[in-house]
Amino acid sequence: MSIDATIEFIAALFMLGGAMMAFISAIGIIRLPDVFTRSHAGTKSSTLAVLLTLMGAFIYFAANQGFYSVRLLLGIAFVFLTAPVAGHVIIRAAYRANVKMADTTVEDELKDVMDKVREEAKKERSESGEVIIEDEKVSDKEHS
Amino acid sequence: MIQGMLTAALVLYGISICISVFRIIIGPSLPDRIVALDMVGVMLVSSIAIVSVMLTTTAFLEVILILAILAFISTIAFSKYIERGTILEYRRDD
Repeated sequence: MSIDATIEFIAALFMLGGAMMAFISAIGIIRLPDVFTRSHAGTKSSTLAVLLTLMGAFIYFAANQGFYSVRLLLGIAFVFLTAPVAGHVIIRAAYRANVKMADTTVEDELKDVMDKVREEAKKERSESGEVIIEDEKVSDKEHS
Repeated sequence: MIQGMLTAALVLYGISICISVFRIIIGPSLPDRIVALDMVGVMLVSSIAIVSVMLTTTAFLEVILILAILAFISTIAFSKYIERGTILEYRRDD
């Protein structure tokens, strides 16, 4: 086995590992009870999966054709930057839209803080005599 | 050997995409579906990388970048829609 064949084998191993991570992530997204736990499966492990796979493709092209693809590296950097942001934003929207949590949820520490902030904002508004628009009702509506 | 491993990886990605599509169909709330949709986009990116390795061509590598950007933008747009009900806001802070 020459050195290039060995490196190609390692690259294929990377890609297979990435596919296994994606499969584990898919199991998580079908088995976990509510949207907050599902996002854990959907963002963390799929980020690792795409990272391993693109790294494997980069190593393969480097060993097989001597082609160091900047586009693959850019893709890795982009996914690594954006996947946590996307996961955070979508779960923030889900919490604000009052998506129901699983029955096994023990504690929701953010709820008290949100209630307090909302109450203070309401008091401030009534002191300054501002008209309350329908905005809060829309955000309280549960999306189903 | 390497071809077999790549085929196995592609099959695993196919199964994972099918499971995520199932979650998109049955998902009880809108954010569930969007999390699954984001995952489908990310998995498409990596399966296209595997396809381009199997065909030993570098022509598909642009597709990776475009798909990653599209998946990110669509997730952000959907989450803005959930939070506010509108995607582009016209209200000004007077």
